[in-house]
Amino acid sequence: MRPLDENETTVVFEKIFKFVGNNLKNIVENPSHEGPEPEAGRYCFRLQRNRVFYVSESLVKRATNISRKNLVSLGTCIGKYTHAGSFHLTIMSLNLLAANAKHKVWLKPTSEMSFLYGNHVLKGGLGRITDSIVPGDGVVVFSMSDVPLGFGIAAKSTQDCRKLDPNGIVVLHQADIGEYLRDEDEL
Amino acid sequence: MVLTRSKKRVAKSQTPPLKRAEKPQALALKRKAEKPQALALKKGGAKSQKTPPLKKQKKEVVVEEDPSEDDDEEVSDDAAASTDVESDDGEEEGLGSSGFFSDDDGEENDDDGEELLGDDFLEGSGDEEEHSDSGSGSDSDSDEGDIEKESKLIDEEEAKEEEDAKAELLDFNKEAGDDAFRLPTEEELEEEARGPPDLPLLQSRIKEIVRALSNFSVLRPNGASRKDCVEQLKSDIASYYGYNSFLIGALFELFPPVELMELVEAFEKQRPTSIRTNTLKTRRRDLADVLLNRGVNLDPLSKWSKVGLVVYDSQVPIGATPEYLSGFYMLQGASSFLPVMALAPQENERIVDVAAAPGGKTTYVAALMKNTGLIFANEMKVPRLKSLTANLHRMGVTNTIVCNYDGRELPKVLGEKSVDRVLLDAPCSGTGVISKDESVKVSKSLEEIKKFAHLQKQLLLAAIDMVDATSKTGGFIVYSTCSLMVAENEAVIDYALKKRSVQLVKTGLDFGQDGFVRFREHRFHPSLNKTKRFYPHVHNMDGFFVAKLKKMSNMKQASEDDDEALGTVDEADVPSDDDEAEAMEEMEKPKKTKESKEGLAKSKESKKGKKSKSKKGEDPPKIKKQRKNRTEMRMEISQAREEKRKAMREKSKEKQ
Repeated sequence: MRPLDENETTVVFEKIFKFVGNNLKNIVENPSHEGPEPEAGRYCFRLQRNRVFYVSESLVKRATNISRKNLVSLGTCIGKYTHAGSFHLTIMSLNLLAANAKHKVWLKPTSEMSFLYGNHVLKGGLGRITDSIVPGDGVVVFSMSDVPLGFGIAAKSTQDCRKLDPNGIVVLHQADIGEYLRDEDEL
Repeated sequence: MVLTRSKKRVAKSQTPPLKRAEKPQALALKRKAEKPQALALKKGGAKSQKTPPLKKQKKEVVVEEDPSEDDDEEVSDDAAASTDVESDDGEEEGLGSSGFFSDDDGEENDDDGEELLGDDFLEGSGDEEEHSDSGSGSDSDSDEGDIEKESKLIDEEEAKEEEDAKAELLDFNKEAGDDAFRLPTEEELEEEARGPPDLPLLQSRIKEIVRALSNFSVLRPNGASRKDCVEQLKSDIASYYGYNSFLIGALFELFPPVELMELVEAFEKQRPTSIRTNTLKTRRRDLADVLLNRGVNLDPLSKWSKVGLVVYDSQVPIGATPEYLSGFYMLQGASSFLPVMALAPQENERIVDVAAAPGGKTTYVAALMKNTGLIFANEMKVPRLKSLTANLHRMGVTNTIVCNYDGRELPKVLGEKSVDRVLLDAPCSGTGVISKDESVKVSKSLEEIKKFAHLQKQLLLAAIDMVDATSKTGGFIVYSTCSLMVAENEAVIDYALKKRSVQLVKTGLDFGQDGFVRFREHRFHPSLNKTKRFYPHVHNMDGFFVAKLKKMSNMKQASEDDDEALGTVDEADVPSDDDEAEAMEEMEKPKKTKESKEGLAKSKESKKGKKSKSKKGEDPPKIKKQRKNRTEMRMEISQAREEKRKAMREKSKEKQ
């Protein structure tokens, strides 16, 4: 386990910035209540076995006794580095992203299951959409009852979505909670 | 008596004339039933012919009103009359058919039946028949004579039949006993072994033997010892339900035969599916509403759980709803709630879960702690780590570190005396969850149980070593298994009590059966009754065992631990029932003061049960302590037993 170096930090922050925008500050400076000390600590990012974890400092301190081979997970895993060296956010970061998301999309109940199977979000399944979405933005997908379902990349801006035919893709699927069942091994 | 009789007989006396008309039908019906009764009716009929027309009219009037009652009475009267005819000459007691005719003269019937015949119309027919002296009609005389003989014959036959019936009943028990209880001979067993097992035969034999064993002195089959019956029962159950002989023998030692059958039947069925609400994300009420909308049929689990729900049936797969995927609930058996409830983790504590996969208990602990504090979730097997990590993330747990160690190494890695509480849900033979995994029935042997027990003892000692006894809010270890075997449960706890300075405290679960204090040749520490056992056939959850230990001191002590553990039993019993936090504080303070005193004085223990935490020059005082404390320990045990016996005696006296 080691802290992220400069490059890695920039890459990770960029990815998160797409989804949360200025709320990134919140994420980084969130007071954390984990750990046995009653005072709040801070969160930090650590890299372990090609996975990036968002953990409280007090946890990090105590995890140092665990050897590298045996440490599996700390706090929340937010993403992993592929063999090629690019960084992808995984579904396990959903809670963090959903709490701070700037761009959101709500799905109709009928198309929830389709998204959970890994399909992209079509115009016909769209319930609500926040304004000022630019193509390429990170979007967090919710159900109508405000339960986060996953996230993806916006394919069209909000204006264009209105003109789109019902089968047009609005959000490109990146991760959804159905992966907990489908791709448990990949996580 | 007679007066009342006469009153009663009013209705009856007036039945016979009507009966004349009904007689053929009645006779036809009753011939099948009993001959003597029909004859009695005939007698009655004969009698009634004698009665003057006036009386007939009266009787007819009354009879019309209550025919049914009269029928019944007549039947019973006749039956009684027939017996009376045999036994008593001229005495009409009870419901003789004489009653029909002698209402008004009930008083006179007993003695004067014969004499009054000519004058009274209502005299008992029984008397008249018996004493053919009475002659009111020549025709009836000869009839009566024949009838009398016939009736006697029939009565004798009836008596014989009754005796035969009784004898048959007795014989039936014996014979049926012989047939079913008679244990099969060698040849029969060989025959059975040749073909496929005859299931109905096995089942009936099992039931018979269980019945016999429940009242062996009365129902024992001929010439068979209890041991033979038990052996036969074991082999029958093994072949009918598919167990190996070791497991059946082990279960036999734990339960009486009737309960064993219930247990085995319970193992054949699944326990109800239950889920646990994730209080980090939702509340039970809201979750229940959402799931009901999806078409899931559910109910709150029990009154002892505020987060459990039991699922009866569901239109959608309960493990794949969007709510499940969002981490609102976890599929978890009801018995798995129990060790976490016993552990009762507080906020801002350090907890270790030694065998955490797949993470149901770990996530429950995190939910109780509200994502504060710190949890080390350890799992030895690599393939199971993925599901553990996935569950933790799905349920939104952020205060956990997952590591991959052998549980026995954990104290070296994490440091001794470094955590507040430890949850050890030990790997076990799984004999309590046979309903989930049928392969356990045939795959377990004595060697495996011993291996598991050995591993569990090591893990428990390691777990105890990790705990910091001086922790302000903690110092507890919860040990649980999903097995019923004493070797994996009570024996392991007893071993830990001897090897470390720990004590058993109440689990905080107010239902469930207490653990065994003694079992066959083993005698465990008396506080073992604070542990809890759960059975499928009693509590409708998987077989489970839960024990909660409190660490008294951080020293690893060898043989002294018996003494000190025992010594503090009496004193610590009282505070352990109270709030743990308060008790902890109270006990900590006196301990610490005594520590300093004793540390300075380097003295041996002056009072029973106060632990010396002096760490200088301990050997001589230790040895003296040991010698002293052994005798003291024995005395304490015997005192405790005496008190128990006294309590039992008083209870039995009160009951009487």
